[in-house]
Amino acid sequence: MKIAKLPIQFLTVLMFLTIGNAATAQEHSVAESNDAGTLDTQEEIDEYIQHHIKDSHDFHLYSYTGDDGVRHSVGLPLPVIVWGSNGPAAFMSSAFHHDINGEVVVEAGGSRFVNLHDKIYELEEGAETVKMGEDHHPVNAHMPLDLSITKSVVGILVIGILMLIWFSSLARQYKKRTIPKGFGRVLEPLVIYVRDELARPNIGEKKYRKFTGFLLTVFFFIWILNLLGLTPFGFNVTGQLAVTAALAIFTLIIYTFSGNKDYWMHILWMPGVPYLIRPVLAVIELVGAFIIKPFSLLVRLFANISAGHIVIMSLIAIMITLKGELTPAGSTLLSFVLSLFITLIEVLVAFLQAYIFTMLSALFIGMAVAEHDHDHDHAHENVDAEDVRADFI
Amino acid sequence: METMVPNLVGAGLIVLGAGIGLGKIGGSAMEGIARQPEAAGKIQTAMIIIAALLEGLAFGALFLGK
Repeated sequence: MKIAKLPIQFLTVLMFLTIGNAATAQEHSVAESNDAGTLDTQEEIDEYIQHHIKDSHDFHLYSYTGDDGVRHSVGLPLPVIVWGSNGPAAFMSSAFHHDINGEVVVEAGGSRFVNLHDKIYELEEGAETVKMGEDHHPVNAHMPLDLSITKSVVGILVIGILMLIWFSSLARQYKKRTIPKGFGRVLEPLVIYVRDELARPNIGEKKYRKFTGFLLTVFFFIWILNLLGLTPFGFNVTGQLAVTAALAIFTLIIYTFSGNKDYWMHILWMPGVPYLIRPVLAVIELVGAFIIKPFSLLVRLFANISAGHIVIMSLIAIMITLKGELTPAGSTLLSFVLSLFITLIEVLVAFLQAYIFTMLSALFIGMAVAEHDHDHDHAHENVDAEDVRADFI
Repeated sequence: METMVPNLVGAGLIVLGAGIGLGKIGGSAMEGIARQPEAAGKIQTAMIIIAALLEGLAFGALFLGK
């Protein structure tokens, strides 16, 4: 059978991904439904999906209902570092005791903090509890500067350290040999691919070396983080607007500050266009260069990854929602098959989105540093038929 | 559910647009490969790139409309 010929490691990884995801789903909903009486399944599933998509201040692996009927959560608390109005404060998120409704108040650094739906609020002076206004926002608390190590920050740090280890050990090998050994053998073709297919054709032979470091970093960063989001640990780093915005802003800064005179001329005072239209086009070009290009990079990555996560979570939740119509075994089988296929597609999307982001960044940088040969003056671009015919004869 | 009809119609239109766009890309990619099988690799790469750009648009629109 063809399936038996696929590498066993690939199959085990896929199984681990889907079963792991499904197992956490099962654990979560069983534990929750042991709580107060009837629970709206739809709401439960929405909260489960939201919990995966959003960032959180602790590393919640799973929870179970112990023999004494009390809910136990297994996980790691992460440090909360905030700069409130009375100075900095740092404490572990276990001080909140898994409360996300703003009930537990933590005193630290001279201010008092509550955790409302995984956002840290600082209570104002003299307030004891959080009062909610009509728009579900607290009226006697404001958000301090939140510098905590949240789950996504842990993901980014882990990836940073991993990439440092992998690529520095690969680079060190080139002092002694031309062909790398070990894990470098996996990385080297990818590095060469990014350099020769993405950096060189788009940026040009003379200048590509300056920017290849950035392109490689972005490529592997996005790819590995996308893949990490598919594991059962509950990471969702590239599906956060802040992370993708930061990456898009890096690209924006790089191609803005390395633009040469030709680039700015083409944006602001483009040659070959009637003078009256130039201001209009300049506005459009400025908006395009500063807003639309980074925004499209940002939204493309964010929407693809978080939509993918939501789809996978929803298909896993089919196990629960269709438990009544099909039997539990039937709904589990259906959910398993569907999530397996969607996970395969998401593995492809992980690579594709990294490739697209890197390619577009290389393209934008290439457009910014491109040298024009001005043998043909742009002003003479409006040729008439006589000149063109002369070329053909 | 009735108040969600405009939302759903909008989502349907977005998916329709994405589907038509991707279909045209795929179709012209197939034609190009049929005419010149040696260029299949390059055509495939270009097709995937444009498909991803289009998907980005479609997803962005879906997200904006929730």
